[in-house]
Amino acid sequence: MLETLLWIIRRDVTIALRRRTDIFTTLIFFVIVVSLFPLGIGPELDTLRLIAPGVVWVGALLASMLALEQLFLADHRDGTLEQMLLAPQPLSLLVIGKVIAHWLITGLPLVIMAPLLGLQYDLSLEALKVMIWSLLLGTPTLSLLGAIGAALTLGLRSGGVLVALLVLPLYIPVLIFGAGAVEATTSGLGGSSHLSMLGAILLLALLGTPFATSAALRVSAE
Amino acid sequence: MRGDRRLFEHLDFDLESGQFMYLRGHNGSGKTTLLRTLAGLLRQEEGEILWDDTPIHRIRDSYHEELMYLGHLNALKGDLNAIENLRIDSAVRGQHLDEAAAWQLLTDIGLRGHEDLPTKYLSQGQKRRVALARLWINRSALWILDEPFSALDATSVDVLQAIIRQHLARGGMAIVTTHQEVDLTSGEVCCVVLGARDA
Repeated sequence: MLETLLWIIRRDVTIALRRRTDIFTTLIFFVIVVSLFPLGIGPELDTLRLIAPGVVWVGALLASMLALEQLFLADHRDGTLEQMLLAPQPLSLLVIGKVIAHWLITGLPLVIMAPLLGLQYDLSLEALKVMIWSLLLGTPTLSLLGAIGAALTLGLRSGGVLVALLVLPLYIPVLIFGAGAVEATTSGLGGSSHLSMLGAILLLALLGTPFATSAALRVSAE
Repeated sequence: MRGDRRLFEHLDFDLESGQFMYLRGHNGSGKTTLLRTLAGLLRQEEGEILWDDTPIHRIRDSYHEELMYLGHLNALKGDLNAIENLRIDSAVRGQHLDEAAAWQLLTDIGLRGHEDLPTKYLSQGQKRRVALARLWINRSALWILDEPFSALDATSVDVLQAIIRQHLARGGMAIVTTHQEVDLTSGEVCCVVLGARDA
């Protein structure tokens, strides 16, 4: 079972590394969105510090959603999804593997990039640390939740827009606690309670979403 | 049922160990739909599909253990080479295929020398051969093959026929759609023709 999981992760990461455009489009999108705000608002440090957590988190949300459509699409087109549905392995296991790979490809680069972007907003070192933690706990949840949307809209023509409508409302709790953690740190309250909530949401998503995604995949593959 | 079109009704057949079944019918008569339904990818509107007298959707994992389905699509990742494709495919099925065995398999299907190429650069027939290579190592009881002979050259067709014969001799079953005569010496053969009333 574990070996299957590792192979799925390895497969998707290898493919992504061989065609790097997917990784870079998400990352560059994130960088551009987050960089636009300081340019638009001007060099008022107080305002920038205030909006930083929200902007970075909304950027991360949109960027991770951008990559969702690709999650199952290629597998659906070339028939490997069929083989996964027919595999004598729990489909949710294969789904978890795919989501982990998806996070490594699209989520992790965001986490690494975020502190650099935070500097544009004059965030303190403490706030940057909390931002990394909040993204590290929050972005996997985004991938897990997004997978449901990606599975449901598989094979639909305007899937991309529909994914956004389905998934963005589900992202709201992650956004609130993610941005909240950084805000609480800058205002001196400490972000640990927010981070605990993010961790709890992640655990819940990890338990529930693979089954929902599997069920959605079986329906979509018909 | 596909959309609101009734493709087939009153269909009743059973397949026993060692038997080979041809599925025939003109284009659009529902061969692929029937195969996908038999594999459990589609749910039938009415009726039941039984495996060992149990409906297949109730014993999904153990049924899939006994099933090998190869559809129109080759289920290969174009960015990975043949060896990676075969090893990952086994892993998804829960079997371990080590590097040496994968090499041996590639030699068996006559693709030695192409192992470093991502499969997207292989020809249609070569891709098909990689996809069919799964059958070499597969010990599932039921093979469902959708047009397995398409794009294959004469030698590969012979090899594939031999593999199917071996499979039947081991007591396996096979359901195959093809427009091509398969020359099988052993095993019982039955034939289901779809859309016969239009013909």
